[in-house]
Amino acid sequence: MQCEDLAQELPGFIDGSVRLGRHQRRHVDRCLRCQADVAHYRKIVRAMQVLRSEVIEPAPGLLADILLGLEGASVANRHAIRTLLSGRRVVYVGGLAAATAAGAVSAIVFTTRTRRAARLVS
Amino acid sequence: MPQTVANLIAAAQAGDRAAFDELVRLTYADTYTLAMRLTGNEEDARDVAQEAYLRAYRGLRRFRGDAQFSTWLYRITANCAATQLGRRARHRHDVLDDTVQLADPRTDHDPQLRADASDLRNRLADALDDLPPRLRSVVILRDVYDLSHEAIAAELGISESAAKVRLHRARHKLRTQLFPRRDEREIGTTRAG
Repeated sequence: MQCEDLAQELPGFIDGSVRLGRHQRRHVDRCLRCQADVAHYRKIVRAMQVLRSEVIEPAPGLLADILLGLEGASVANRHAIRTLLSGRRVVYVGGLAAATAAGAVSAIVFTTRTRRAARLVS
Repeated sequence: MPQTVANLIAAAQAGDRAAFDELVRLTYADTYTLAMRLTGNEEDARDVAQEAYLRAYRGLRRFRGDAQFSTWLYRITANCAATQLGRRARHRHDVLDDTVQLADPRTDHDPQLRADASDLRNRLADALDDLPPRLRSVVILRDVYDLSHEAIAAELGISESAAKVRLHRARHKLRTQLFPRRDEREIGTTRAG
């Protein structure tokens, strides 16, 4: 077992995402170089965790820009809903008109046929 | 989750814009910090932060509260940053190459001579900046923000196994730069020459 054989495994070994085989574990237990690598990886991960509490101060104006963008999206959203509703209204009114017209035509046809039939009988 | 944040989320989900604005005020510095770490420059970080809040606003009803709000926001930010980095790469034809030389040949930056924690933190920040974006994103999301492999894979549009491979490669490169073995230092010096 060579240190190079383990080079790709150690970065995952430190957080348990890679499991070492028995021979690999035995090598790490005896190899000062691999143990130093493991210690260094752990040190790096600990230092990374410290970064979590640090905040990079945003340049002035970012908050205002974000809120302005949200306002724009909000207005656009309201406009889209209004357009959709007015479009639906047109379709609804159009449908009603078509139904009324169809009803009127049917009534005229019915009346005409009824009169014609009555005339033929008499 | 603090009660105030939970209340604000509930109010915002019910359509209260002022409540969402307050959530933005509470979290925007953190979101910007993550965006800055992922993109590496201020202009992109601003764009990413703005886009992240727009997406969060549109998708707020889908937030079910089974994760922390901050984690949910980190995922959205990571996704926006991936999109931004992809767009930047296409426009500028950047080579997202991970074969950059990592070992620093300058003797005044010899890691062996620097031991204290604040110095390690500064060198770590530099080393992270030197990582290719696709490796940097994964190691920051995992080791700094503690996102799961599954979440990272989903937001970056890669498989879970690819996320793990990138994480291990990123850690390996950081270790090589921060704590190079003697043979690695020699390779770094040779490459630099």
